[in-house]
Amino acid sequence: MAAPILKLSNVSKSFGPIDVLHDISLEVRAGEVLCLLGDNGAGKSTLIKLMSGVYQPTAGRIEMDGKEDHFPNPRAAAEKGIATVHQFGGTFPLMSIGRSFFVGVEPTKGWGPFKVYDRKKANAIAVEAVQKLGITRITDGDRLVGGLSGGERQSLAIARAVHFGARVLILDEPTAALGVKQATHVLRIVNEAKRRGLAVIFITHQVMHAMAVGDHFAVLIRGAIASDFRKGEKTREEITDLMAGGASMANLEAEIESAFGEDDEKTPRVA
Amino acid sequence: MSSSPSLSIGALLRRPETGSFLGLVAVFLFFTAFGGTNFASPTGAASWLNVAAQLGIVAIPIGLLMIAGELDISIGSIIPAGSMTCAIISGYYDLPIWIGVGAALALGAVIGLINGILVIRTAVPSFIVTLGTLFAVAGMTLGFSVLVTGTTSVAIKVPEAKWLLGDFIAGIYQVTIFWWIGAALFWSFVLHASPLGNWIFAMGGDKVSARNAGIPTERMTVMLFVCSGMSAAFVGLSQAILYNSAQVSAGQSYIFNSIISVVVGGVLLTGGYGSVFGIVLGTLTFAVVSQGIYFTGFDANWASLIIGVLLLGAVLMNNTFRKAALSYTPKKGTK
Ligand SMILES: Nc1ncnc2c1ncn2[C@@H]1O[C@H](COP(=O)(O)OP(=O)(O)O)[C@@H](O)[C@H]1O
Ligand SMILES: [Mg+2]
Repeated sequence: MAAPILKLSNVSKSFGPIDVLHDISLEVRAGEVLCLLGDNGAGKSTLIKLMSGVYQPTAGRIEMDGKEDHFPNPRAAAEKGIATVHQFGGTFPLMSIGRSFFVGVEPTKGWGPFKVYDRKKANAIAVEAVQKLGITRITDGDRLVGGLSGGERQSLAIARAVHFGARVLILDEPTAALGVKQATHVLRIVNEAKRRGLAVIFITHQVMHAMAVGDHFAVLIRGAIASDFRKGEKTREEITDLMAGGASMANLEAEIESAFGEDDEKTPRVA
Repeated sequence: MSSSPSLSIGALLRRPETGSFLGLVAVFLFFTAFGGTNFASPTGAASWLNVAAQLGIVAIPIGLLMIAGELDISIGSIIPAGSMTCAIISGYYDLPIWIGVGAALALGAVIGLINGILVIRTAVPSFIVTLGTLFAVAGMTLGFSVLVTGTTSVAIKVPEAKWLLGDFIAGIYQVTIFWWIGAALFWSFVLHASPLGNWIFAMGGDKVSARNAGIPTERMTVMLFVCSGMSAAFVGLSQAILYNSAQVSAGQSYIFNSIISVVVGGVLLTGGYGSVFGIVLGTLTFAVVSQGIYFTGFDANWASLIIGVLLLGAVLMNNTFRKAALSYTPKKGTK
């Protein structure tokens, strides 16, 4: 099996006195989809923010291609090929598809101080990139991003990451706000990115979506990995129970603790 | 494949300046109807073009700042500060005019720099930061003028610089009109043709994402404040040269007037959307209303009512056009 592109070993993260993640170890390989499952507040978003340079781990080690590495800011992570699509991807609603696709790396024509933004080229490349991922409904690069459906916006953001040569694609709940049909579209694109050899980290709390694309699964409960298994090792019911079990355990613990009047608990309470 | 842009009515309706164009046509027809032939005559046109030109030179960089998600109201005292600086140096002290002009522009640049640095270094909104510099600069201008010259108004006679900054073409059109046209062309290039324009739109759309995409948002913010400061100082010094004198309090009206022009011109107050052409049309609309009223039989006080209604109407109309732009989908099967 190929060496992992990105590997976390015993990573923890706390914000002041609040421990959000404890002792997380994970790895992703090229051409593999790692699904991060977990209830709201489990720490999924915090975990991927460690991988995309938004936060720094409090303890533990991050490796890229087998060498210790760190991402001091989002830009550094992006330059090393880690592309993150946040939940509400397509963040420039009033910009055209072509312009938002190339934000920060605009293609130009002309020379010297008269370099002008090459709208035609930007539009053509952007439209081609999304079409290659199977979104054939986007044909006009002048359309505003805000006019696209949620699924199309996610697809555009993924197409952008693929186009600019990302090696690791992190998707934070890309299907959470979508209907069945649009979610299917996005899942198909996740598969396509995987087929092209990207390592994908796919966050969701919908077990069905995870099972549709995942090769490897990690269930996060209150900041710790409760279970780590590969495709086919667990049934849908077992995974659902794992996620739900964690939640009811947490409630139980919270009840016991409040019964004893301990208000200075360290672990965050699950609402 | 992407088709080339068609100049259809639909495409025009989705542009940010559509609303301001319709507004301008409406007020123009209104004042032609009530103001008679004088309003649209060359002399009448000069009266509103001259007002539009001075306002327009500051309104464009203010509009770009608004597109980038910032606001600059300190221009209200940078204009008189530029005016007084130029008049004190080249009028009171009688030094060569280029020193006065250079010093005024440098002052505008420095105030812009201070605004920009304060905005990026502190988390204070730019409205508050520039409100602070608005008062600070106003106080400084007054204090220095009285300290140096003993008065609040200084004469300046520089016939050698008149042709460039303070002359009237054909006896009625201020040369500032040409500076305004030049500024509009320059800023159109920056915002709509150069890659910098894309950065400005992205900054106004979502500053954090823009920074993550590698845009030097802080440097851009400072640059835009420097440009608005220098543009304001330019308007101030050209007024001093034009009127042969400078006053310490002659710019506060520009604060609201430029914001009105920009918003009527289709720029979204919260940033991320707008056009230079729209701002130019918004400025013309404002000038037509504020000057056109004198050609009618109405009391001039009614102009403010019209401007207020126009502003609200423009915002509502621009919202509608922006929604149309957002919901636009090309017809299927036109590949
Ligand atoms: N910056 C922060 N400071 C303090 N606590 C935080 C911060 N970010 C997240 N948390 C806490 O960490 C926990 C996990 O949050 P998050 O990673 O967003 O969960 P998820 O994405 O799985 O829903 C929550 O209890 C949240 O309150
Ligand atoms: Mg989350």
